[in-house]
Amino acid sequence: MTFQPGLRESATFDRNVIHEIQRAAATGIYDIRGWGAKRTVPHFDDLLFLGASMSRYPLEGYREKCETDVVLGDRNAKYPLHLDIPVTIAGMSFGALSGRAKEALGRGASEVGTSTTTGDGGMTPEERGQSKHLVYQYLPSRYGMNPDDLRKADAIEVVLGQGAKPGGGGMLLGQKITERVAGMRTLPVGIDQRSACRHPDWTGPDDLAIKILELREITGWEKPIYVKVGATRTYYDVKLAVKSGADVVVVDGMQGGTAATQDVFIEHVGIPTLAALPQAVQALQEMGVHRTPGGVQLIVSGGIRSGADVAKAMALGADAVAIGTAALIALGDNDPKYQAEYEKLGSAAGFYDDFQDGKDPAGITTQDPDLQARFDPVEGGRRLANYLRVLTMEAQTIARACGKSHLRNLEPQDLVAVTMEAAAMARVPLAGTDWIPGRTL
Amino acid sequence: MTTDTLLPTATYDLATTTTRELNAALHATEAPASVEVTNPQGAHALACGLNRPIDVRVDGHVGYYAAGMNQHAHVTIDGNAGVGVAENMMSGSVRVTGDASQSAGATAHGGLLVIEGNAAARCGISMKGVDIVVGGDIGHMSAFMGQAGRLVVLGDAGEALGDSLYEARIYVRGRVASLGADCVKKEMRAEHVAELQELLDAAGFDADPAEFTRYGSARQLYHFHVDNASAY
Repeated sequence: MTFQPGLRESATFDRNVIHEIQRAAATGIYDIRGWGAKRTVPHFDDLLFLGASMSRYPLEGYREKCETDVVLGDRNAKYPLHLDIPVTIAGMSFGALSGRAKEALGRGASEVGTSTTTGDGGMTPEERGQSKHLVYQYLPSRYGMNPDDLRKADAIEVVLGQGAKPGGGGMLLGQKITERVAGMRTLPVGIDQRSACRHPDWTGPDDLAIKILELREITGWEKPIYVKVGATRTYYDVKLAVKSGADVVVVDGMQGGTAATQDVFIEHVGIPTLAALPQAVQALQEMGVHRTPGGVQLIVSGGIRSGADVAKAMALGADAVAIGTAALIALGDNDPKYQAEYEKLGSAAGFYDDFQDGKDPAGITTQDPDLQARFDPVEGGRRLANYLRVLTMEAQTIARACGKSHLRNLEPQDLVAVTMEAAAMARVPLAGTDWIPGRTL
Repeated sequence: MTTDTLLPTATYDLATTTTRELNAALHATEAPASVEVTNPQGAHALACGLNRPIDVRVDGHVGYYAAGMNQHAHVTIDGNAGVGVAENMMSGSVRVTGDASQSAGATAHGGLLVIEGNAAARCGISMKGVDIVVGGDIGHMSAFMGQAGRLVVLGDAGEALGDSLYEARIYVRGRVASLGADCVKKEMRAEHVAELQELLDAAGFDADPAEFTRYGSARQLYHFHVDNASAY
């Protein structure tokens, strides 16, 4: 709308707020959508690297080596995961995604030597078949959970929470519960699936330790056990996860994506990834397991988009990151070539977030056979591999500029913040000062 | 592999053998056809992840997740069982001669779980195809979100039985403290009497199916409707 003198929009009741009130009044149900938080919160963009000049010595770009590999789960597992790059694919369910999309994730990740992760729908042959390293999520719903698939996995991720909805259960609306999806989840076809928010057979961290013991016994102590938490009370959650026996802790910040949940949940529950990461590192350091031999590795997710994000997360203490929404975009989600179809759905390329409707023109977040057929898993896998390579090269470029021969050698001292909020959350100095908010000089 | 190809019997004394050693022996391809486990002393994760038609008898009380994710095996616990006995069982059978703690048979997809005594809260929570027969009473929130399978209770049931039930079927002989959201009493037709008789026979209980009441989902909450909001 062009500017019209005399028409002043309310900061409290802006057009989006008015629309939501009108929508709620008309339908009687909260707004459900996919994607992650859209509000602005302190993020990695609020940090800057201090490249080498006089006091630090840079490495020659593209000539001197900057290694990228990472070992995950060498604390207890007979077979830890050895990944070529520290960027992994986060858990996304078959059901939320098409089988071809899951196949593409496996193809892309395997091409660059990293892992994919299952999701609420169980393990599909498409994903297992194409994923060199596959992490099997052990979720409260236990849809499709069986010991055969546990044994086929390369690692097991016990999911306690998700960044987009800490404390919330799964949600897959009836239009996506096809015969195959329903069969894998033991549900009637076409119903609205609202799955459990907590595991049915344990009630706290002491139980979790015993549950992890059981999973290890079933799988012969071969596979790393991850514990994934949504970022909230991260310091305590990470400590309890380690105490419970986790080999790897996954912390998913509030910018993490989802296939479908309440908008109010996405925007108002959880804390930013930037705020959670230092808390997690502090917990690991205090327990003596951060970046120590046989220690506990930390994977951070929630809004990772670029090699700069990867490098910043690692500088703050993450051993690896996981991407979800960015991976979908790399596959072709929100591609401008489907602009006309997004408009027919009342959206636009770059804005489409109605993953719950199952009408995704790109054929990625749908179970509609005709829409799925539009998506080429080979091409999608190639695009994802390209994107993962770019993330890695960007992170290497920054690391070399900071004088590091391995991505994990990045450190908090390589960073400064451009806002006080980010300085306080990330626990790095405000740029040009020695001041870290909350710390005594 | 059939039991014919396996060694006959073996005994493991958990006073001198670790849980890891026991489970590794039970998982081994050369595992015996029949195993006796003594002195369990409430240990956790005993006989979990079994994947062959093996008979295992545990002489005493067990801790959490005994016989978890069982496939094909027949496990008898001659005592009481802790939390999550036979959780996520796929096939085979598990029998507890005493009482079971909470979440017995949680998320189990198949097989038969028999508890001769009482079962605590959330028995059969999120059950996905298992058959559970309890000789005594069950606690509150049993069969919560039960998706498939049958739960038979010869005694009484606690509060909120079958809350948010999907397609699991429940038969209770005694009193039900209260029904959970969307769980309703249903007619016992001839096919249900026959089904219940089969389950009682399989579990080894002598009871008259005519004394039982069937409960199941009203299917009112399968799709959100604002007029049902108070039920959630």
